Amino acid sequence: MIYVTRRAEFSASHYYHNPSLSPEENRRVFGKCNNPLGHGHNYIVDATVSGAINPTTGMVLDLKELKVLMEQEVIQLMDHKFLNKEVPAFAEKNPTTENIAVEIWNLLAPKLTHGQLHRIRVYENPDLFADYYGD
Amino acid sequence: MVYLTRRYRFSAGHRLHNDALTPEENRRVYGKCNNPNGHGHNYLLEVTVSGSIDPATGMIFDLVALDGIVNGRVLDKLDHKNLNLDMENFRDLVPTTENLCLEIYRLLHEPLEQAGAARGLRLSRVRLEETSLNSFEYVPETEDGRKRNS
Repeated sequence: MIYVTRRAEFSASHYYHNPSLSPEENRRVFGKCNNPLGHGHNYIVDATVSGAINPTTGMVLDLKELKVLMEQEVIQLMDHKFLNKEVPAFAEKNPTTENIAVEIWNLLAPKLTHGQLHRIRVYENPDLFADYYGD
Repeated sequence: MVYLTRRYRFSAGHRLHNDALTPEENRRVYGKCNNPNGHGHNYLLEVTVSGSIDPATGMIFDLVALDGIVNGRVLDKLDHKNLNLDMENFRDLVPTTENLCLEIYRLLHEPLEQAGAARGLRLSRVRLEETSLNSFEYVPETEDGRKRNS
């Protein structure tokens, strides 16, 4: 099996808060990520597609197509945004790195025209990343 | 089972073009990669082998032997070469990075698995970064169940 990965970057702010928890519990669970004014990260998204090599082109898919798809579906939605306030999926769900990976999977999977989406990896910073395989 | 990955770098030129397609189709499919004069990349290669640890050495394979095989079988053939013109297998095969992953696997798996036969060494993955944004990997079907470990 061949796996093809395209990387994209976006910068966004967020904070973690669960309204069903008390302010003290929120501070205890989420620590400095609970600051209601938000804080930001430079995120990196690696979208990996698996598939067979097309014998005519030698490619699994046109990487430019994947680049444009990531730009249209993810970067335009999330780049330079306050994720809690401006991305509908995070109106009532914490924009954790895990949830961002799931949301990006949900945005890209139905739009791919070649190959199978294999993995979404989201780096919040170089030392922390989450992987989602769609299950 | 333990996995060991070693990184290598090489620079090579290529042109993505298929004679079976018309000039217009080639330009549409490959875009700027179809430039007749070719272009080049600094490739980053990751070779992942797996096997059991030799209790005497604490290693699954001798890194010097790994380097020797990768240098002799791959880097000497690819580094500072034109993939289309210098590589026999790419005379009739488009040197996309997908195909290059497969070619590097073909060049490496027998010599590596023979050299490491005592520890049951397998070539588990070949990964190539063509640019900092594009990467490709080949995992043989026999190893694919373990792909999330790679």
